[in-house]
Amino acid sequence: MGEPYRERHRDTWLNTLDAVPVVEHPPRDTDWAGVRLHVVTGKGGTGKTTVAAALALALALDGRRTLLCEVEDRQGIAQLFDVAPLPYAERRIALSPGGGEVWALSIEPKAALLEYLDLFYHLGRAGKALEKMGAIDFAATIAPGIRDVLLTGKVYEAVRRRKAGTPVYDAVVLDAPPTGRIGRFLNVNESVRELARAGPVHRQAGSIMALLRSPMTVVHLVTLLEDMPVQETEDGTAELRRMGLPVGGIVINQVREQILPRPVLSEALAGRLDPAPVHAGLRAAGLTGRGHRALAATAGTELMTEGLIAQAVDHGVRVALENRLRHRLTRLERPLYEIPALSGGIDPGSLYRTVSVLREQGMA
Amino acid sequence: MPVDPWPEDQPRLDIDGLLDDPTTRVVVCCGAGGVGKTTIAAASALRAAERGRRVVVLTIDPARRLAQALGLEELDNVPRTVEGLLPGTTGRLDAMTLDMKRTFDEVIETHATPQKARQILENPFYQALSSSFSGTQEYMAMEKLGQLRARAEGEPDGWDLIVVDTPPSRSALDFLDAPGRLGAFLDGRFIKVLSAPAKVGGRAYLRVVSAALGTATSALSKILGGQMLRDVQTFVAALDTMFGGFRERADRTYRLLQEPGTQFLVVAVPEQDALREASYFVDRLALEKMPLAGLVLNRVHTPRVENLSADRASAAAEELQETGEHPLTRQLLQVHADRMHRRERELSVAGRFTGAHPRVPVVHVPAHPGDVHDLEALRQIGNELAKG
Ligand SMILES: Nc1ncnc2c1ncn2[C@@H]1O[C@H](COP(=O)(O)OP(=O)(O)OP(=O)(O)O)[C@@H](O)[C@H]1O
Ligand SMILES: Nc1ncnc2c1ncn2[C@@H]1O[C@H](COP(=O)(O)OP(=O)(O)O)[C@@H](O)[C@H]1O
Ligand SMILES: [Mg+2]
Ligand SMILES: [Mg+2]
Repeated sequence: MGEPYRERHRDTWLNTLDAVPVVEHPPRDTDWAGVRLHVVTGKGGTGKTTVAAALALALALDGRRTLLCEVEDRQGIAQLFDVAPLPYAERRIALSPGGGEVWALSIEPKAALLEYLDLFYHLGRAGKALEKMGAIDFAATIAPGIRDVLLTGKVYEAVRRRKAGTPVYDAVVLDAPPTGRIGRFLNVNESVRELARAGPVHRQAGSIMALLRSPMTVVHLVTLLEDMPVQETEDGTAELRRMGLPVGGIVINQVREQILPRPVLSEALAGRLDPAPVHAGLRAAGLTGRGHRALAATAGTELMTEGLIAQAVDHGVRVALENRLRHRLTRLERPLYEIPALSGGIDPGSLYRTVSVLREQGMA
Repeated sequence: MPVDPWPEDQPRLDIDGLLDDPTTRVVVCCGAGGVGKTTIAAASALRAAERGRRVVVLTIDPARRLAQALGLEELDNVPRTVEGLLPGTTGRLDAMTLDMKRTFDEVIETHATPQKARQILENPFYQALSSSFSGTQEYMAMEKLGQLRARAEGEPDGWDLIVVDTPPSRSALDFLDAPGRLGAFLDGRFIKVLSAPAKVGGRAYLRVVSAALGTATSALSKILGGQMLRDVQTFVAALDTMFGGFRERADRTYRLLQEPGTQFLVVAVPEQDALREASYFVDRLALEKMPLAGLVLNRVHTPRVENLSADRASAAAEELQETGEHPLTRQLLQVHADRMHRRERELSVAGRFTGAHPRVPVVHVPAHPGDVHDLEALRQIGNELAKG
């Protein structure tokens, strides 16, 4: 903490990866060949961090190198990979089969602001005075726009960074702010361009917008098969399109297994499931309810049959609702990816399952 | 009825006892984002009204179709009477959705002369603050609660119960902390320095400060624009003359939550993150001496079949699979096993909460297979809340 800011962060802008050899890779045949920046958004809690991490791993297979960035000061990446909190510096956090690497960066707005001031205004010692007086805190809080300029600026720099003419990262994956803020976040440089009519800040903002609007960038939206996340996905997609930002894929997370075949579902929904065969099946399987006397056992099996049918109806209602929501998502006319609900939640192990799911479905 | 999964001595939340008690004047629903705060707030308010109370519910960010069901399409920041209560109901239900910008404007308008109010409302910094600053929504929810309370007390037939929902923050604690943060920020050192450099100290000190300030402001105005800084200065000065410090006002509003008659309902779903948040919140309430009515564990998957474990159902399904007969029974048994597995996971995470908080009254609300987007569904949630 007492260490001066510049000492702490000396190596973050340009030369972290000096020691690592850089190899150029031809684009792979996936839905997003040629994309260098994957922005991942979605309603809070739908799985943005999980999907961003899985995508960064999936894109890093076959000896590639990806950077996974977070901007919300939450240490979600460190929690997911079960490592110590990330500093504001790029760190390698995972290897993928075939020698690929995932690096991670947690961009801290205040540090990024000082870095930025120094870069554009050569603040020198005044920067420290500013920090001491609470001015940095102040600027980073009162003007959320400033934060976003810095965060997007840092991401831009990572995407563009080259060594010996070759990009340092094959792809950058951004665990972005939620859908409610994504438009403002990505479009902030448009306003900056209008405010600063000329000069380095104007030019930088223009380059960032150009990258975000180019075929090198896509914005993916993560959702659940639930009403509010789907609503946000629709609203978010519309907003991004209005702003001329490229909408990528829709990732449906936590998809539950559909156990009952279609005809059974529709019978259940119509209230027409016949108890007799269920009852017979239960007896055949030796599930005759509790109770030793024959009468009690029969009553038990009847109750069980009733309960099982009621559960089938619940299941049908749920599936029907999910199908309606899935249909709404189809209407957005974007590639859909589905990640199954993993029963134990997500840990570094189950994350790799998600990675293969994304690969199989062509997202990476 | 399914087997009772709860530890014997974990108390049950008695929602009717809470809602019927005339000394309960305010119920605040808190919890992590997306757990069902708005749903539980609306369901409790409806239930209280149908049990005879005069209720107003302040919702925040309701699902679109729920808002429609409550007649809340018009977002004009005033409560409207909800139609469609059970026939013969003596109570009544008014509902509104928080408009944070409008609420902030109202605070300014009631405390400043019209001329000064206009000056503030037109200030670009105020406009940014009132519509996008993180924490403004939480703070304005409290302000609105204060206004509703004042109005309830001022009218002879006014509301006798206010139910408040809280903003969809990622952390439940934000509701309690954000107002203080906003207050502290507006009363912060840098703002003080900016708005009144002359007050800071003696002359020698002043020279040092203004030198530093010179560098600071010139650098900041380069990035923020000079106009922005002037806007902040005028805004803060104007606020100061109104409230003598924003922080005091935030503190006063906060204390409303400690008044007798206020009860907190913590809402969670049986998932680790949500229950962790609930846990923090419960501890914090104890620390602040704010009364906790209990935990609503929402969206639990209760089996509708008794005495049939996941293992037994799976084994039977496998047996049927081998014989190739009774495919329907096999499928229904698989659905059951899936539900029981889910149930077991839910109970195990929930068990961690109850283990750490054995005295917190708890109630389970089942996960409805469909949406909870009309009055009938809310009524059903109300019944389930009461069943415990
Ligand atoms: N496919 C899945 N199966 C099971 N659990 C999942 C799955 N995807 C995500 N989760 C769990 O859901 C929770 C939320 O996921 P995550 O943190 O990725 O969401 P987020 O959108 O980044 O949330 P926030 O908005 O808070 O940043 C986590 O506990 C995670 O482990
Ligand atoms: N018990 C329940 N069963 C089924 N759906 C529910 C239940 N409780 C809430 N929901 C649904 O979950 C979504 C989020 O609920 P909401 O009350 O808006 O959460 P919050 O206010 O905590 O963000 C809504 O679509 C709501 O209908
Ligand atoms: Mg996250
Ligand atoms: Mg809500």
